[in-house]
Amino acid sequence: MSKKILKGKIVRISGPVIEANSMRGAKMYDVVRVGDENLIGEIIRLNEDVVTIQVYEDTNGLKPGEKVVSTDMPLSVELGPGLLTNIYDGIQRPLPTIYDETGDFIERGVETNAIDRKKKWHFKPTIKAGDKVKGCDILGEVQETSIILHKIMVPPDIEGTLLSIEKEGKFTVEDDIAIIKTDQGNLKLQMLQKWPVRKARPVKEKYDPSIPLITGQRVIDTFFPVAKGGTAAIPGGFGTGKTVMLHQLAKWSDAQVVIYVGCGERGNEMTDVLKEFPELKDPKTGESLMNRTVLIANTSNMPVAARDASVYTGITIAEYYRDMGFDVALMADSTSRLAEAMREISGRLEEMPGEEGYPAYLASRLAEFYERAGRVKLLGSKDKEGSVSVMGAVSPPGGDFSEPVAQNTLRIVKVFWALDSDLADRRHFPSINWLKSYSLYLDEISSWWNKDVGENWLQLRNKAMALLQKESELQEIVKLVGPDALPPKERALLESARMIREDFLQQSAFHDIDTYCPEKKQYEMLRIMSKFSDLIQNAVEKNVHMDDIISIKSRESIARMGTVPNKDFEKRFEKVENDLENEIESLIREVK
Amino acid sequence: MSNKDIEYTTVSEVAGPLMIVDGIKDVAYNEIVKIKTSFGEERTGQVLEAFTNKVIVQVFEGTKGLDTEKTSARFIGETMKLGISKDMLGRVFDGTGNPIDDAPPIIPEDRRDINGNPINPYAREYPRKFIQTGISTIDGLNTLVRGQKLPLFSGSGLPHNNLAAQIARQAKVIGKKEKFAVVFCAMGITSEEANLFIKDFENTGALERTTMFLNLADDPTIERIILPRMALTCAEYLAFDLDMQVLVILTDLTNYAEALREIAAAREEVPGRRGYPGYMYTDLATIYERAGRIKGKKGSITQIPLLTMPDDDITHPIPDLTGYITEGQIVLERGLHKKGIYPPIAVLPCLSRLMDRGIGKDRTREDHAGVSNQLYAAYAEGCDLRDLVAIVGEDALSERDRKFLKFADEFEKRFVAQGDHEDRSIEQTLTIGWELFSSLPTSELKKIDEKYIKKYLPKVEKIRS
Repeated sequence: MSKKILKGKIVRISGPVIEANSMRGAKMYDVVRVGDENLIGEIIRLNEDVVTIQVYEDTNGLKPGEKVVSTDMPLSVELGPGLLTNIYDGIQRPLPTIYDETGDFIERGVETNAIDRKKKWHFKPTIKAGDKVKGCDILGEVQETSIILHKIMVPPDIEGTLLSIEKEGKFTVEDDIAIIKTDQGNLKLQMLQKWPVRKARPVKEKYDPSIPLITGQRVIDTFFPVAKGGTAAIPGGFGTGKTVMLHQLAKWSDAQVVIYVGCGERGNEMTDVLKEFPELKDPKTGESLMNRTVLIANTSNMPVAARDASVYTGITIAEYYRDMGFDVALMADSTSRLAEAMREISGRLEEMPGEEGYPAYLASRLAEFYERAGRVKLLGSKDKEGSVSVMGAVSPPGGDFSEPVAQNTLRIVKVFWALDSDLADRRHFPSINWLKSYSLYLDEISSWWNKDVGENWLQLRNKAMALLQKESELQEIVKLVGPDALPPKERALLESARMIREDFLQQSAFHDIDTYCPEKKQYEMLRIMSKFSDLIQNAVEKNVHMDDIISIKSRESIARMGTVPNKDFEKRFEKVENDLENEIESLIREVK
Repeated sequence: MSNKDIEYTTVSEVAGPLMIVDGIKDVAYNEIVKIKTSFGEERTGQVLEAFTNKVIVQVFEGTKGLDTEKTSARFIGETMKLGISKDMLGRVFDGTGNPIDDAPPIIPEDRRDINGNPINPYAREYPRKFIQTGISTIDGLNTLVRGQKLPLFSGSGLPHNNLAAQIARQAKVIGKKEKFAVVFCAMGITSEEANLFIKDFENTGALERTTMFLNLADDPTIERIILPRMALTCAEYLAFDLDMQVLVILTDLTNYAEALREIAAAREEVPGRRGYPGYMYTDLATIYERAGRIKGKKGSITQIPLLTMPDDDITHPIPDLTGYITEGQIVLERGLHKKGIYPPIAVLPCLSRLMDRGIGKDRTREDHAGVSNQLYAAYAEGCDLRDLVAIVGEDALSERDRKFLKFADEFEKRFVAQGDHEDRSIEQTLTIGWELFSSLPTSELKKIDEKYIKKYLPKVEKIRS
């Protein structure tokens, strides 16, 4: 079957959007090569024989009359061993390769493969000739990095009988490793696969999320947890710590593979990840965090059209690792930039604008993206599980959450971490506002906590939450009458709430130990603080003076619980708890 | 005959800063256009939108006096380029890159596209070298590092120019002598404001290592679109070709954004918030993101953009979008200014994102992070108490709260306030911090590691006794 190459000419250029004629027969979302420099673009509108194209590279100096050639292929990513530890631009070109070709600055028209074609991987087959195989069945394994055993799978849309498979040995991603007999004939398979980014990889069914994604962040895990396969949004004005939070999640969450998409954000932030991750050790495996990470960078000064592509590239790679049975977490910083890119392209297309100039399809596009998350039963002969959790930052203008991107995101996601600039101003980090945030996974995951960490987890958490809620009501009164006018019981309550706020909810991302708090330690910390609350309530009832309570020594050692080394915190905590009981007891005795 | 030599007299429409030329061929997007008016004056424009047989051109010097009969346009076959040379130091240029200081034109060593290319994130070096500005609120609480972009958010009538000049005057990396240069880019400021900087550079002898790009309030607005790009092209050359440490001062970004809005309106684009174009974020990013350091290069570009917040509103699109791109912000406050405190830096909303990795042992001092966090927390608490005192009076406060209230006042008087020629070392700044802490109960210093309290706090008490 010979393909006719579609070739047209540019007739209009307006920023990243161009139009070309004589393109009848071109398909929506096919990739085209634009101009003499072969820039990469994607068809986004058809009108008779004129197509509108968004160009993923800078269009400076492009002229009407230059050629446009269709590749007759939708925008796709390359999947196979070699993705991990890499950093890609929005359309999956490795930045180190671009660096080798064009130096410190990114120039245009670089053509490169996403995955190294020369590198040989040690392939080990896990099934034998004659076996029946379906999409996503595993053919063999490759040790991709020290922690990730990459599974080589049958592409999702293929089914048949395995005719032959290579023996254990070294192969490049393009070498044939297996032959499958299908209804359409014999098919040679390589380790390298391609998949269109805008199409979700298929699964058998979606499960309810019931296992928490442990992130080592107290305010998240204990108060507003996200589940494996769940979705979360983290909106906040500038300077509220969105990026630090997402970095923390990328570093410490107990997913096996992490995809970090820097979408329209700062270049230095990507550099930070690139520098820091290789040095950090995963608390579970002790290996370098980079070995489980794929980075995708479309910084704010890189071409705007590729913003959209960067997020889809990221989620497709995430789905690919999910299909191997891994728990994958994807962080997108920030989805607002993606929405703005849509708005810019939409404006250039002269579409009818919706709210605040955003296109009317903003909501459906966002929903489509978040819906690709989930804990799922995978394709393939054996019923296996995998998950993709998605966490997206939202950057609302002026920190006002009523704008369209934040609102449309909140309609979709199940967890909302509201960042608060007041808290950030007083250096309460993470600046997640405990009164505005919510998680809809609490009930579903509470049985996991009760079983695996400590009993009555949910009650403990809800009690602390009620305390904080009560505190905010009392604060209103304090503002009017001053704290001294409150009865001792309420002053004691304020003191307990302050402790939870300052010593539990606050957590330093830059402290060696405090940056990651294991779930058991979180539970114990909260339990001791809850005990403190009960003890001092009891003490004031027995007429112990609040000033005496405030000056007890244990308060300070409770405040420093977060920085107690994670290895032997239990013993230290036991002492803290004993001291606390003794001190309060002796105060009560003194009164008598 | 190449396009370069054709004078098109086919101008069909002129509207606002835009001009439409018909019947042309082979013109590139963003190409530069030389325009000749009917009375012989030459102007420059740039292609904003290219069709097969017509183009939309934005005219930098304004469209006054253009006509559709005799005005001619010549397309020069390349995008906007700036001739660069090390002789640009000590010189002054206008909005189209021509010298305006009566000295002979420079002989360019190279001509570079003013739009530049994005720095490959893989090629970047993370900025972590501490720059001492001698200003306590910046060095101590919102540390500036080399390669950072840290804007000043100000309001009309506040002394932001003095502060920027003071930073330019005092900024240094401790203990090293390196080649240092200032690129000063004025967009739409008054000649009076520009003179303040020029005089200051003259007095300190900095003029010969300064390159200025001036577009004053009465110069054509549209030039403001290309001015910062020229300044940054020059800065990139000084930093990455000549290994210099370049400080770029951009003032006033508000005027830049106004010019951007003017063009968007003339093109009848769908407006975003407050009439600013939807792509303003991307556009500002192409300016701010040109700050940074590059692996294996000695030089760096540090940016201090200034902007005046309309009506002191930090949620206005200009400061808002800037804050989302830059690595922190220094916010000036009218209240402090009225109290007579210079510099009137409102500490609480300020931020330096690159601070954490630029401070500490071997960089500034081991206790820096703790001191900074504690100062923030204590000052925030003191400010809250001020609100409370306004309602219930000071007598209703507990002993502890009264100490915090006093701390906030002292903090403003001793830590924030300093002279406009006072150059404090980082040690001096931290010492003031510790002196302030000595008025608080030690048990309240929760944000500082105990070992630093032991090491630094008693020293202060000794001084006092």
